[in-house]
Amino acid sequence: MTFMGLEAEMLARIQFAFTVSFHFIFPAFSIGTASYLAVLNALWLWKRDEAYLRLFEYWKTIFAVTFAMGVVSGIVMSYQFGTNWSAFSDKAGPVIGPLMGYEVLTAFFLEAGFLGIALFGRKRVGDVAHMVAVAMVAIGTLISATWITSANSWMHTPAGFSIDANGVFIPEDWWQIIFNPSFPYRMTHTVLAAFLTTAFAVGAVGAWHLLRDRENRQARIMFSMAMWMAAIVTPIQILAGDLHGLNTLEHQPAKIAAMEGHYETHKDGAPLILFGIPDDEAETTHYSLEVPKLGSLILKHEFDGEIKGLKEWPRDQRPPALMPFITFRIMVGIGFLMLGIGVWSLWARWKGQLYDTPWLHRMAVAMGGSGFVAVLAGWYTTEVGRQPWTVYGHLRTAESLSPVSAPAVGASLLTFILVYFIVFGAGVYYLLKLMRRSPTPLEDHELEAGPIRTAGITPGPAQDHP
Amino acid sequence: MDIDLSFIWAGIIAFAVLAYVVLDGFDLGIGIVFPFFRNRRDRDVMTNTIAPVWDGNETWLVLGGGGLMAVFPLAYAIILPALYMPIILMLISLIFRGVAFEFRWRTHHESHLWDFGFWIGSSVAALMQGIALGALVQGITVSGRQYAGGWWDWLTPFSVLTGVAVLVGYALLGVTWLNLKTSGDIQARSAKLARPLSLLLLALIGIVSLWTPFINEMYFERWFRWPTAFFSSFVPLLLAVCAIALWHGLTHDKHLQPFLAALGLFVLSFTGLGISFYPYMIPGVLTIKDAAAPESSLKFLLVGAAVLVPTILAYTGYAYWVFRGKVDHGEGYH
Ligand code: HDD
Ligand code: HEM
Ligand code: HEM
Repeated sequence: MTFMGLEAEMLARIQFAFTVSFHFIFPAFSIGTASYLAVLNALWLWKRDEAYLRLFEYWKTIFAVTFAMGVVSGIVMSYQFGTNWSAFSDKAGPVIGPLMGYEVLTAFFLEAGFLGIALFGRKRVGDVAHMVAVAMVAIGTLISATWITSANSWMHTPAGFSIDANGVFIPEDWWQIIFNPSFPYRMTHTVLAAFLTTAFAVGAVGAWHLLRDRENRQARIMFSMAMWMAAIVTPIQILAGDLHGLNTLEHQPAKIAAMEGHYETHKDGAPLILFGIPDDEAETTHYSLEVPKLGSLILKHEFDGEIKGLKEWPRDQRPPALMPFITFRIMVGIGFLMLGIGVWSLWARWKGQLYDTPWLHRMAVAMGGSGFVAVLAGWYTTEVGRQPWTVYGHLRTAESLSPVSAPAVGASLLTFILVYFIVFGAGVYYLLKLMRRSPTPLEDHELEAGPIRTAGITPGPAQDHP
Repeated sequence: MDIDLSFIWAGIIAFAVLAYVVLDGFDLGIGIVFPFFRNRRDRDVMTNTIAPVWDGNETWLVLGGGGLMAVFPLAYAIILPALYMPIILMLISLIFRGVAFEFRWRTHHESHLWDFGFWIGSSVAALMQGIALGALVQGITVSGRQYAGGWWDWLTPFSVLTGVAVLVGYALLGVTWLNLKTSGDIQARSAKLARPLSLLLLALIGIVSLWTPFINEMYFERWFRWPTAFFSSFVPLLLAVCAIALWHGLTHDKHLQPFLAALGLFVLSFTGLGISFYPYMIPGVLTIKDAAAPESSLKFLLVGAAVLVPTILAYTGYAYWVFRGKVDHGEGYH
């Protein structure tokens, strides 16, 4: 049975890709903002400079909206393994499940338990306990990222298991499972990506307000902090990405071949294909624009290193090349643009003109959403490049599916698409509205308030507890 | 070790589900009774009573689901496809009610739309949880390691009945929570609303309890044959005690007692269910032992859970303590 011409497997893949893409957009931003809030709050407690408190309050509301969307989209993910990928859950559940179980126990409860205090509790618990709560939320998001990227990495580079007669993965060595070969790279690259995404979003908001009022102190602080991040973290991220690529070459060479658009094996030095259109049918990359030997130089760090092409693998073990090829270039392109902004900001700072370079500010505004694009592009490279496997080399995507019929998956997919666009569309609109507020010392006005913030609680005995 | 880890895990998962049901139960209940409180300021107060805790409450659902995948992957892999539609509808409903907490503050014009979303989301989520439960009690068709039934198996008169029962039960938890956490007009109206809801819920619990034993021979054995009948007769007895405490609390203007009594009703109904199910995860088809993940998975996660679950309970308790007391209409910023 098909639904609009698509098989259940394809529909389930689209549904996973669609829902997880939305889910990752919000966490990428909330991981970064949670840490940013912790830094702002610490600066306020340390320097007692009101500007930091105002910035904390400003970003706090934005964080709360983002976080809510992260939570609801995440709950969908944790049930989707069962609804659409029940065969995967049955077989890989004993390995993936406990990792996600630890994520719930060590991260989700921590975030959720302290979120209320971090958002609404400053007056009730006092500065110190409040700072602890803010830090706990930030740490929670990082722990969460650690477990989930470990689970995901295991699907790319599985280790530490055996397989029983039912095809179930039996965990043998948890240390090897958690610290599977690609985990350190993926974890580093993903967390840095979240920080960069947030830095560029914060930078864009700061720049936007600087373009309106160059003297706005809060806008200056935001912009300056964001540009430090851009200047320092982008080069590290590029380095991390390079190492990640080398790791992938070792464990998933077919993915690299797809990313690079190579069908033929190059024994004595592969070119770097800058642009082109990979064609899996014809097994060639059309219109390719190549730089000789550079591909081997990047991946093997020598001019004549051998790079395998997709033809080395039987057709049913190759990932589709077009998607990873394009998304990889988008990500890398954005990485270098970010580097450009970082360098430019250093230059302007050195000249003492960080706040007086409107073109820098305009560029920063334009780059505000670039992190989100790069993050999604990166995940698409990774995940599509893993095909046709869910657990690389051991469990095929086709064998992972639930006994679902196409119409059921298709109908739920359409519902998700409709609901996500309405709900998260509205959410993004509200976020932009919140970001448009000038970060000046504003007194309460109603829309600022939000849950609990307008309502105190009587009697409040602990109200001024230190 | 002699004790079977799978039974310990069954206990932990059952605890997580129960924690979810009672905690998110009163959150969802507040949404369910939204239509009875039309004033925007009242609704602000109502959502504010749960704003700092709802996310933590919902996390128990993630533990219930995620934990099931970790330690009973086979049960997870069979139950979720079987309950495909109610689960998807529940997830979508939870989206609407989850974002409403924040969104309703971000706009003047559309805030009533998000209030509507909060109501419909809470109500459908509750209904679907109840339907899922009823469908599970009725039994699931399995062949090999997979669900083998049809797409509408979950929809039966019995599952609709349990759906309505859960909906009414959550509404009762919600109003008794409001009775505890608010004062003045909102409190008075909540207490008034609680009375018909109590009667309705007790009637529904009665019908479901009488119907269940006739669905499956196994349940009948449990409830009406010696010696298990001796233990199972405690449940109805305690239910009666809770019902009396609930009614007494509501008629004597007590604040905490009705809420605790309503919680008691849930805990007891849940225990009753446990009696019917044991030792099965999916009635008549899959036992706790057969559904369990390999020993190494059970052990690995249990080490952490033994330390982390009590820790979680401690700081969750702290968060509730911080936000204790009654919530009132606007008292200014913070
Ligand atoms: C690298 C980061 C990352 C990645 C790859 C994922 N998540 Fe996520 N997730 C988070 C980072 C995160 C977070 C930062 O911890 C969130 C975002 C907002 C929040 O509440 O926590 C979160 C929330 C969140 C929640 C709600 C938790 C709550 O109730 O508080 C669930 C159930 C999931 N996630 C589940 C998943 C699943 C099943 C994923 C894989 C398919 C997944 N997440 C990918
Ligand atoms: C959050 C960022 C993530 C993004 C953007 C992402 C993206 C994708 C995409 C695009 C696909 C579809 C691939 C295709 O059909 O060709 C996919 C599939 C999948 N991913 Fe991910 N993924 C993410 C994280 C994860 C994580 C953390 C896990 C597991 C713990 C995971 C597990 C899966 C599974 C089970 C599938 C379905 C099978 C498949 O089609 O490969 N993903 N993901
Ligand atoms: C310009 C330098 C960059 C290089 C060389 C690079 C390299 C890579 C490589 C090789 C992968 C695929 C890993 C795999 O095979 O599974 C990847 C994935 C990814 N990239 Fe990048 N990257 C760069 C920049 C960025 C930037 C700027 C961001 C975001 C701000 C980003 C975010 C991601 C994410 C989220 C993933 C998926 C998760 C993962 O597998 O780590 N990357 N990157």
